Amino acid sequence: MRLSHILAGAVAALSLAPAAFAQSGPQAARSAAGPDEVVAIVGGRVLTGTSVIENGVVVMRDGKIVSVGAGAAPAGARVIDAAGKTVAPGFVAVDSGLGGTEVGSVRGTNELRNRSNTLSAAFDVSYGLDPWSFTLPVARLGGITRAVVVPQHPGSSGGHVHEEDTAGAGDGGFQTPGLFAGQAAIIQLAQGPDILVKPRVAMVAPFGEAGADIAGGARGAQFVLFKETMAEVRLYARNKAAYERAGLRSLSLSRADLEALIPVANGTQPLIVTVHRASDIRQVLRLAREEGIKVILDGAEEGWLVAGDIAAAGAPVLLNPISNLPSDFEMRAARAENAAALNAAGVLIAIKGNEGSTHRAREARYNAGNAVSHGLPYGAAIAALTANPARIFGMEGRFGQIAPGAAADVVVWSGDPLEPLSQPSAVFIDGIEQPLTSRPLLLRDRYRQQTPMPPAYRNP
Amino acid sequence: MIGHHLRGVGLAALASAALGLSACATTGQAKPDAAQARPARDVSLAAGLDPSKTLDPYPSTYQPLPRENFAVVGATVLTGTDRKIENGVVVVTDGRIAAVGDASTPVPAGYKVVDARGRYVTPGVIDVHSHLGVYPSPGVQGMSDGNEATNPNTAQVWAEHSLWPQDPGFNTARAGGVTTLHILPGSANLFGGRGVTIRNVPSITSQGMKFPGAPYTLKMACGENPSRVYGSRNQSPATGMGNMAGYRAAFIAAREYKAKWDKWQENHEGAAPTRNLQNETLAGVLDGSILIENHCYRADEMALMMDMAKEFGYRITTFHHATEAYKIAPRLAAEGVCAAMWTGWWGFKMEALDAIEENAALVDAPQGSCAVIHSDDAELTQRLNQEAAAALSAGRRAGLNISEEHAIGWFTSNAAKAIGIADQTGSLTPGLRADVVIWSADPFSIYARADQVFIDGALAFDRADPAYQPTSDFELGQPGYGLSAANVTEGAR
Repeated sequence: MRLSHILAGAVAALSLAPAAFAQSGPQAARSAAGPDEVVAIVGGRVLTGTSVIENGVVVMRDGKIVSVGAGAAPAGARVIDAAGKTVAPGFVAVDSGLGGTEVGSVRGTNELRNRSNTLSAAFDVSYGLDPWSFTLPVARLGGITRAVVVPQHPGSSGGHVHEEDTAGAGDGGFQTPGLFAGQAAIIQLAQGPDILVKPRVAMVAPFGEAGADIAGGARGAQFVLFKETMAEVRLYARNKAAYERAGLRSLSLSRADLEALIPVANGTQPLIVTVHRASDIRQVLRLAREEGIKVILDGAEEGWLVAGDIAAAGAPVLLNPISNLPSDFEMRAARAENAAALNAAGVLIAIKGNEGSTHRAREARYNAGNAVSHGLPYGAAIAALTANPARIFGMEGRFGQIAPGAAADVVVWSGDPLEPLSQPSAVFIDGIEQPLTSRPLLLRDRYRQQTPMPPAYRNP
Repeated sequence: MIGHHLRGVGLAALASAALGLSACATTGQAKPDAAQARPARDVSLAAGLDPSKTLDPYPSTYQPLPRENFAVVGATVLTGTDRKIENGVVVVTDGRIAAVGDASTPVPAGYKVVDARGRYVTPGVIDVHSHLGVYPSPGVQGMSDGNEATNPNTAQVWAEHSLWPQDPGFNTARAGGVTTLHILPGSANLFGGRGVTIRNVPSITSQGMKFPGAPYTLKMACGENPSRVYGSRNQSPATGMGNMAGYRAAFIAAREYKAKWDKWQENHEGAAPTRNLQNETLAGVLDGSILIENHCYRADEMALMMDMAKEFGYRITTFHHATEAYKIAPRLAAEGVCAAMWTGWWGFKMEALDAIEENAALVDAPQGSCAVIHSDDAELTQRLNQEAAAALSAGRRAGLNISEEHAIGWFTSNAAKAIGIADQTGSLTPGLRADVVIWSADPFSIYARADQVFIDGALAFDRADPAYQPTSDFELGQPGYGLSAANVTEGAR
């Protein structure tokens, strides 16, 4: 059902492309691939997301991977020579703001932060996403083809936060009134008018210091409030008719929030919990057990101290391997070896980009490389950018790996994709080759040449 | 380095005048008439009231760590001077680089030999834009000492007076190869205060880290930050033009202040002027003894700042952040101004909107340029080699032919130039301080780790030896202390 929806979207994007992008000239998608065109990428080192195939052949058709393995390209296929290159699945940005904000400090461009007093859990980022965001082509050049876009909240990793930017300005801090930041969405980064893959894939809630603040100042308040909220949601779910005729005791959440939390309370929609401290992680795992909810840990800088507990609970972790400083009291045990330790314990991990994975989402590959230099096996690092995030968000087999039937999100790299010295030479999303351009590259091309006329006349 | 101990104070012109006077006072007979005519005037002024007598009020107490003479052999050496030597030899004598050359370079008898075959050797990493110690970890209230955001002009404050030496970030930075840091106040103010250049060694005091003889610097800030911070308080500056008016008024006041002191030092007529720390720093900028380190993103604003420097007769040493430096690369090179940049940061505010990954490579291209990769960040400072690798990669993508032995200068020799210490460190050149990093692999690879870090020829960090893995007082006894993560001990980072 969902799959066919995705496919329909891709086809729609294709057919709309000429009209929608007629004016964009060189930015227009390069491929005129019809639904039947077969593309074969041959001769490269193929990282499938779960394994490595030397001198492999990746065949794509109809937006999907048809086959991957050794051998030759099928007759009639458009052949892309990847000899000496590395072929990898497109990376999946997690804990991302892609498409949801343009300029961090320009509030009007921020669609990730909800300040409503009457709506928290029901906040749905998917309505505010902009397929024409200039952040998307930049991320694509970092090999990112999909993203899990999350609402921002106090304590989230979104946005460039530097004390000097807020010192004395009086507008620091956030005002999320509820325990929940809202619901995340999955997007794909292909050029076209529709980037939404699936809305409402997860609920987001801050715990630890940020969550405690919201609840009144202490963790003890937040956990009690959370359990009370779950009780209200269940009461509401069982008595909707009574609620509608005002025959139910008054509840602290709006109807929209109660409705949005039903899938969380019944364990069908995962809850992304931003949490850092080891003791908080244990409490969250206990809460999840007691309430029967499914959690994804976000941050978990001190996770290595309780890696066994996380693994036993089967909770996946979204982490940034380069967080190794005690930047506050809830991450005093932060270590660069966190990714390696959690992976070794059997925890399913996904690696994040920097600063909320929006403008600096492209650095996720460097973060993965640093995880490797701090003990994470290379294959696990690739998986943490590809197959793992897909699996964590219920998309296993649909994208995030080069495997038959998966979306043809494939990037050809000049070398090891985790190395800064490597660059992508081709990016396919749903089988459609994407232009390797971006607004920053247009600026580059405007200013690297000299002409008698001012730069404004140079329109690369 | 001549005069750096004087430059360090700020008022070199005043200082030299004062030195002359005090020489008179000591010898007594040089100018007997003059001495008799003005018996005790200059000595009657307490040291703290006379800028010429407080040349170095918080002197460096830095002592190199225990060291021995050694030679690194077998490595690929990137010297920081555009030179790459395969199977090279670096000889260190008494904390200084003694020789750099190919495998035939003799190693004196008795020297310890470090086998670095298969590894890389570079100069120590220099981060010209750091807030370690002034915005330390943990970043909690009570430790946030980087912005004296109480007035747009706080040229009177000194970062070294905010610096907390126990910031664990110094240790993580060292594990990333950082041997020298330039610690700056924040950018809330037009004049944020004096920066301080330090040796990245563990110390109980900031004086114990101060780089001996490094010039003082003054942090200035263009753009959004000052106008937002003060504008939001209905104060000036609230706009870019308010920023400019603020700088100009301050330099006018400083000129007047300097003239008063110059005159008084000349004839000691009347009462001595009242010492004013704010104007004293600015006067040091005007006489060239204090270097301008200017936070400035946009090309148009950098152009205004360069014109203003001419208006008041001072020099800008380095623009920091300089996200649009590529738009004026030829002018920066022609005027000899360094640009210290990120590679990957962009879009977080309007003045960072046009940042491009190729910035450093394009700034680097003209003859006489000075491109620098900086961090402004406790995490990024640990990986300036990777930030430079991303910049190099972008430059090559743009078709520029840039070698690794050249790009290494972006965070070593050019960085040293950008804070006025190129005659002390920043390259593997005989005579310079032996700040040396041995990398596990090519430093432009994401997998390279700093295996050993030497500061003034002394081993300050060794990834394989717990005896050379310092932890700060703050780190003792914290959660996870003493435990290994993924079989790696805490100090090995």
